[in-house]
Amino acid sequence: MDPRLGTALVVVVGVPLALIGYILGVEQLLRALPGRLQPRVRPWLWLLPALAFLVVFLIYPTLYTLVLSFEDKFARHFVGLANYQYFFSTGDTIGALRNNIVWLVLLTVLAVGGGLLVAVLVDRVRYESVAKSIIFLPLAISFVGAAVIWQFMFAYRPPGTFQTGTLNGLLGSVGVAPVPWLIDAPLNTVALIVVAAWIWTGFCMVILSAALKGISAELLEAARVDGATELQVFRRITLPLLMPTIAVVATTMVITSLKAFDIVYVMTNGAFDTEVIANRMYKELFSFGQPGRASAIAIVLLALIVPVMLLNVRRFRDQEAIR
Amino acid sequence: MTEVPLGIEHGGYSQRSTLCTKSPVDDLERSYRVNHRMGNGIRRGVTLLAVAGLLVAACTSGTSTTPSAASATGVPAASGSPAASSGQIGGKVTVIGTWGGSEQDSFLAMVKPFEDQTGIKVEYTGTRDLNAVLTTGVASGILPDLAGLPGPGQMAEYARSGALKPLNDVLDLSQYKADTAPALVDLGTVDGKITGVFIKAAVKGLIWYNPGVYTAGAPTSWDDLRAKAKAAAAAVAGGKTKPWCVGLESGAASGWPGTDWIEDFVLRQAGPDIYDKWVAGKQKWTSPEIKAAFQAFGQVVSPDDVYGGPKTVVTTNFGDGGNPLFTTPPGCIFHHQASFITDFFKKQGGAKDGQFDFFPFPDINPQYAGAVEGAGDLFGMFNDTPQARALMKYLVTAEAQSIWVGRGGALSANTKVTNYPDAISKRSAAILANAKIFRFDASDLMPQAMNDAFWKAILDYTVDPTKLDSILTNLDTIQASAYGG
Repeated sequence: MDPRLGTALVVVVGVPLALIGYILGVEQLLRALPGRLQPRVRPWLWLLPALAFLVVFLIYPTLYTLVLSFEDKFARHFVGLANYQYFFSTGDTIGALRNNIVWLVLLTVLAVGGGLLVAVLVDRVRYESVAKSIIFLPLAISFVGAAVIWQFMFAYRPPGTFQTGTLNGLLGSVGVAPVPWLIDAPLNTVALIVVAAWIWTGFCMVILSAALKGISAELLEAARVDGATELQVFRRITLPLLMPTIAVVATTMVITSLKAFDIVYVMTNGAFDTEVIANRMYKELFSFGQPGRASAIAIVLLALIVPVMLLNVRRFRDQEAIR
Repeated sequence: MTEVPLGIEHGGYSQRSTLCTKSPVDDLERSYRVNHRMGNGIRRGVTLLAVAGLLVAACTSGTSTTPSAASATGVPAASGSPAASSGQIGGKVTVIGTWGGSEQDSFLAMVKPFEDQTGIKVEYTGTRDLNAVLTTGVASGILPDLAGLPGPGQMAEYARSGALKPLNDVLDLSQYKADTAPALVDLGTVDGKITGVFIKAAVKGLIWYNPGVYTAGAPTSWDDLRAKAKAAAAAVAGGKTKPWCVGLESGAASGWPGTDWIEDFVLRQAGPDIYDKWVAGKQKWTSPEIKAAFQAFGQVVSPDDVYGGPKTVVTTNFGDGGNPLFTTPPGCIFHHQASFITDFFKKQGGAKDGQFDFFPFPDINPQYAGAVEGAGDLFGMFNDTPQARALMKYLVTAEAQSIWVGRGGALSANTKVTNYPDAISKRSAAILANAKIFRFDASDLMPQAMNDAFWKAILDYTVDPTKLDSILTNLDTIQASAYGG
């Protein structure tokens, strides 16, 4: 018998048992306390395992990364801000940062805009579910798989020879010279973002479509009866009501574009000015053996994402307050 | 064992291996496994005492069993060939390398007799990103038993951190040194200990051509070569044939074939001393010697001289780079690549024996005539198991290396191997053996951050040669931080 089966059994049966045991134990313990204190202490004790996990797997690594980012490549000596200075003074990393900003703007616009467009357009047609399934399908493909697929799409052969890439084959059939999609900057970064948009548009579409279905039909009906055109209905009623959802989806896309890695790693590995910070971080850590610099990049990435998260949390709170 | 242990577990392993080498193999194996598993479990907070306790336990369990098993000592006997050992060891050995496709087939063919003889299963995994796999492996302690190493520079780092095990008591040293070219033995040695061995070798900087197209013979100088290439290209009907074919794409390592070009120019224009300084990080990239090498390469990949133009160069895989030599009409006259490319010509380019031949890269500065650049596939041992030792011992033998050599595409690091399948590989082996000035692939010797930047620089320069100065300045910046602490 595979020894892993035993381990699996312990995990599948043992872990829930231990948790239930913990909660029962906590209840036993609470009985010893005076009744007035019980409701105060209980939530904390119930939360304790989750908090412990959070500290061990989230807070501790974050703090350790912060510490590492101030140390040298062997994590021995404190080097102050040298790693950050490296990040903000090296052409390669600044280029990566710039590309990430392009990713952030373009991917968010393409994925959210495309998702919204599809969601609105297919909202009232018969083949809605088929159309949505097709758009949604790429999300089920792994990023590495998608990158490999698109490498075939973007493949380039010398002008005058048989074009094996889909896009250049199409261009060739109408007599246009092949384009080196992944070589020419800044076209190559755009090409990579298109791959990401191909994957994420489906995600945005599904969420936005669900929100669209939530808008009450009476509201739209009333507007139409009052003589509003379809465009006006969309601009003055649908869009404002979708706004909270769009904000959530856009936030997700912003974070996704800041974390962009797989597609770049597989398709260009950062060559020809397509570098992004996550790929740079990977290289510093795993290829160059520079944990300090990699940690500094991780912290910069975190610092970029935190405001977006905070904005999102605040919006959420405001909405809750209105309700 | 004077290695510097990074963590206690490394020191513990190597000590155990020397203390217990005489114990019967079965028990050694079992005790190793116990020890190894414990080692993983206690990796972080272990005390020296606990390790010492394990060592004692491992050794006592080894010596307390019947000595009859000792005769079946699984490590092959002095000759190193598996045939010499009567016993079956069994078990498995994990190997990671960069070979895929036909190279992977050749490696598997190479270890097949070993598997049959010893009953050890060789579990090979090929990866495109060896460096990342090994760096994470060294950090986490989860490593293959044997692995290909990216180059001597990385090897030395792994050896000094204690991750790589020295091979002095694994190999039959006198036999190994007698069989192997001294330059290769030196390259595999760290602090006086043999740490890496070469599975196969290659001569770099060979100029390949199709004898059905180019018949003007070996040029005497670089200028002569250029003139002959232009003349031959112009002579082909159709006017589309270019002097050169170049392919630089190679996944995460894209750009490396261009580094070979630069190295060939540096070695032949500026000489071995500048070359060595450059490898060691003491020669600025912006210096005239290195810049001249880039400019010479720039002539080769200029739109007028290279098949398909620079954009084709950077998108063509190195293995397919020479294929236009064999089309009708030919796309180019010459292809610059190491000796291993013959295998690609035949399997991916559709070329037959007799359709390709080579001459060595011509001398440029007569002062440095006869300089040759070589490379090889380094192999090291990360886990000291009887199976790993047996395979390591087997791989350096003439018997093993002759298998790959016989299948084509490889030169042997072992000088006893002579069964080269054709005149071409015989000639390249002779070049390797008779080099007046021998230098190892410079980029493979540089720190990884430098090497990676060098690859990128090749790609950037090929696409936009006007950026040369800023590219070289950037390389200088990286040089300043990539070397040393």
